[in-house]
Amino acid sequence: MSGTMVEQTYEAVIGIECHVELKTASKMFCGCRNEFGGEPNTQLCPVCLALPGALPVPNRVAVEHVVRAGLACGAAIPSFSKFDRKNYFYPDMPKDYQISQFDMPLVSGGVVRFRREDGSEGSCRLTRIHLEEDTGKSTHMGSGDGRIAGSTHSLVDFNRAGVPLMEVVSEPELRSAEDAVAFLEYLRLTFLYLGISDVKMEEGSLRCDANVSIRPVGSTEFGTKTEIKNMNSFRSVWRAIQSEIERQRSVLAEGGRVAQETRGWDEANGITHSMRSKEQAHDYRYFPDPDLVPLTLEAAWVEDLRAKTGLIPIAAYERLERACGLAPAQIRQLLGDPALVRFLLQTVDMRPDDVAFAQAAANWLLGDVLRMLNERGVSIDGQRTLTAQALAECAELAMAGAITSKTAKELLERVMAEGGSPKEIVAREGLAQLSDPSMIAGIVDQVMAANAKSVADFQAGKENAIKALVGQVMKVSKGKANPQLAESLLRERLKQP
Amino acid sequence: MSALYQRSATQIAAAVNAREVSAVEVLGAHMARIERVEPSIGAFLSLTADLAREQARRVDEAVAAGKRLPLAGVPVAVKDNMCLQGTVTTAGSKILAGWVAPYTATAVARLLEAGCLPVGKANLDEFAMGSSCENSALGVTRNPWDTDRVPGGSSGGSVAAVAAGEAALATASDTGGSIREPAAFCGVVGMKPTYGRISRYGLIAFASSLDQIGPIARTVEDAAAMYGVMAGHDPMDATSLPRPVEPTLPALRTDLRGLRVGLVREFDTKDLGEEIDAAYRRAYAQLAALGAEIVDVALPHAEYGLATYYLIAPAEASSNLARFDGVRYGLRVDGANVQEMYGKTRAAGFGPEVKRRILIGTYALSSGYYDAYYVRAQKARTLTAGDFERAFAACDLIACPAASSPAFEFGAKSDDPVSMYLMDYYTIPMSLAGLPALSVPCGFVRDGSPGGRELPLGLQLVAPLYEEARLFAAAHAYEQATRYTLDRQPPVVESVR
Amino acid sequence: MSSGSGIDVRYVARLARLDLTEEEATLYQRQLDRLLEHVESLQRLDVGRVAPTAQVVPLTNVLRDDVTCPSLDRAQAMAGAPAREGAFFRVSRIIEEQE
Repeated sequence: MSGTMVEQTYEAVIGIECHVELKTASKMFCGCRNEFGGEPNTQLCPVCLALPGALPVPNRVAVEHVVRAGLACGAAIPSFSKFDRKNYFYPDMPKDYQISQFDMPLVSGGVVRFRREDGSEGSCRLTRIHLEEDTGKSTHMGSGDGRIAGSTHSLVDFNRAGVPLMEVVSEPELRSAEDAVAFLEYLRLTFLYLGISDVKMEEGSLRCDANVSIRPVGSTEFGTKTEIKNMNSFRSVWRAIQSEIERQRSVLAEGGRVAQETRGWDEANGITHSMRSKEQAHDYRYFPDPDLVPLTLEAAWVEDLRAKTGLIPIAAYERLERACGLAPAQIRQLLGDPALVRFLLQTVDMRPDDVAFAQAAANWLLGDVLRMLNERGVSIDGQRTLTAQALAECAELAMAGAITSKTAKELLERVMAEGGSPKEIVAREGLAQLSDPSMIAGIVDQVMAANAKSVADFQAGKENAIKALVGQVMKVSKGKANPQLAESLLRERLKQP
Repeated sequence: MSALYQRSATQIAAAVNAREVSAVEVLGAHMARIERVEPSIGAFLSLTADLAREQARRVDEAVAAGKRLPLAGVPVAVKDNMCLQGTVTTAGSKILAGWVAPYTATAVARLLEAGCLPVGKANLDEFAMGSSCENSALGVTRNPWDTDRVPGGSSGGSVAAVAAGEAALATASDTGGSIREPAAFCGVVGMKPTYGRISRYGLIAFASSLDQIGPIARTVEDAAAMYGVMAGHDPMDATSLPRPVEPTLPALRTDLRGLRVGLVREFDTKDLGEEIDAAYRRAYAQLAALGAEIVDVALPHAEYGLATYYLIAPAEASSNLARFDGVRYGLRVDGANVQEMYGKTRAAGFGPEVKRRILIGTYALSSGYYDAYYVRAQKARTLTAGDFERAFAACDLIACPAASSPAFEFGAKSDDPVSMYLMDYYTIPMSLAGLPALSVPCGFVRDGSPGGRELPLGLQLVAPLYEEARLFAAAHAYEQATRYTLDRQPPVVESVR
Repeated sequence: MSSGSGIDVRYVARLARLDLTEEEATLYQRQLDRLLEHVESLQRLDVGRVAPTAQVVPLTNVLRDDVTCPSLDRAQAMAGAPAREGAFFRVSRIIEEQE
């Protein structure tokens, strides 16, 4: 096979287009509920069903969500924007035009910075983000597999029609399937952190297409691209792009030409297949929607939204890496849960520039706290008892050697169950670790007197006997004795004749 | 006192509020009148007697409970492109024949709240596209002054119903003259407010940036009262003006002292024939006699009005009418697949004029022609608006004909769409500029045939944006001084007994 | 900048999903050609520095608060449906778009 030679010759050029359903209470242009999974055709009104005479009025929160998405990606927000009609007929699109944005999107430019699995940095610029409305959902009947090909008729549920939809278009700057997935993951996390979407691919609130082409390494011109659709998970995005790159390589290797077309990803067979024999030139007849008036994004409004942007995932990554010294795998474990990240960073912020403290806090959070949350089946922001302050106190007490790690665990359990301040509990109940040799010495003497056999065993050379004695010291001290100190005191006494 | 059906809305409301007559009695008189004259007029596509009776009882109860309603017990005809919950609403089209609206247009809802009784749905040119009412696919409406003639359009049913005493008031809509031209043809008062003054929610769209609802009445005072009820901000219409509505009734005047009335150089009436020319000269002289200062103004881009309008309106219409696709409501003609179903449904459902406008509008928006046609027309629209701005620097009102001829005979202009379009020559520029304008009867002309009937003419008054109160005030003064139709009924009244 | 080539009624009718008979196509071709002649007058206008007017009212940022209001019940929403199957609107076979 000439595979290795070809692989050296070509590089992939990938651009991503995503549709993201925005999380709002009501739809884009009417007051119907924006809710996934309702009974078919029950979330409809004259507006979203496009009854004669009904008129759209845009949802302010949806507009703000898109602006915030842009700000989070460092994009410029143009001072003027408008809605246009994109005209085409489709049975699940009630008006037979989609209210969208053509030449003046809410967001232009921006960049998504991401980290790969190994922690290395990557980025991809955005072309634009615009706001539009979703269509209804068609179920194709009679083809056996739900596909449109071979179907006899279709059933339409319009509940989703009019749900606010954000379209994000990237520049063709991604060079591998891995980077495409990393880009998508950071895009997804960004919207999750902003709280503007559920971004669930399985529920369709995040849908993406990929434009894929290949070109000789070093070339600055683009090859002919294909558009890949029907990818239902990040894994299928990765597989589909990988498979399409390979397909294009073989086409070129065999002296063929890549046709510009739309290809569907076939998850079961692991290949892409042609969906439309040739790319049709659509005539969407865009024009400004005369039912709507323009948007002017005054500086004060934009600045107010900027102030509300909050933590974004790449910044979180960098802080977790720098401030907490966490490894890429640990950060990945945390990053998908913005509430957990915020909780940790809030904890860490209580002792700025103290890496040891940050690490301790992170370890407690990732270990015992996560376990306890899982046992209780709650998320960190689904409980009110354990606060960042409490975690910080626990970590501080443990670091300072003021309590044993056993006590720390018990304290966390208790605080999670009943709330309260660990420091206060420790002070009130005398749980502080015994680190005063004079106090432990008394217990050591008491234990040695009561465990003559163990003492004799040790002195007879049974090294293990010391463990039993330390255990007894811990038991008598109710777990408060510093175990290292107890052991060294024991050894000292046992050496004496 | 005159028969109930001859009384003005203001008189009816006063009598009902004073409990001199009940709303039920008023309705009975009008239903009887409808029964007598409707066979020769055909103003209605459907009667809504049950709804009106129910409403009449409610009004009587409210009045008995001490409430005063501005339009208590006033029978109103609702143009059939406005939704009224529970009534068949067709826009005069086969594609909507039998469709029952599940909601009520804002303007209509406000009339009901004010005590109006909805007696029926008035005929119109299909989707309000036409100037004679001959484009209705569902009925023929005749001019009460001469039943061999058209009532004008598109609001032909509305004006005929009011002229013939079938209703005291009617709702109408105006896109390029659809209120003013038929009002002139039938000798009633028809008023198109500033764009955005009356909510379009529930008005079946023709051209969204031009459509405006307005009142039809037999007196200026009635029109002003009806306007006052319908006007005002509506959050359901994004193009609805948020500014307060100036009260119109207290502003009504009996003279025109201190007002400068502009006569438009480009709207010379010499070419309209000697008799018509003389009628308008008399009208202008009357304005001067009432104290107005007559000034000369120019609308240099008036000649481009028609071309501008016949690109913008059809372009918007082509998109607005896409929703009539046989999927969710209305007519469906089945086909082997959805695409075939669309083509057949729309071919069977739309009449020739609607098809022409969909075709020309689709063309004006299509790839390669958008800038040359649609954008250029939008720029020409800016020039027209600028003309008026300059003209209104020199005058307070503009006076000109409401139509270029009196009502014509059925079929007279059916062969040539452009000659029909020319009927709107005097009304289109105001629509493009969004200005308030009104047609008030200004005399009669003989139709020229032996034994021919006298046909009414309409004087159009135009005010700057938002100056509806000034418009009504001046029209009232003119009407009270001339009384062309105040003391005179259309001959149909005598012929049908 | 004349728009030149004239209207292709068949192409436009396809875009508008409007089946035309031969006679209609011929008739509309003639009538629309005549209308376009009239409309050509706009090409004489100097609009180089003129901003287009999409809306005559000077409104911007007309937005609604993100609050829900009751929907129609399914029976109302589907009352006008030409064809239905269970809780769904039914349409015949959808073929991939061809324009």
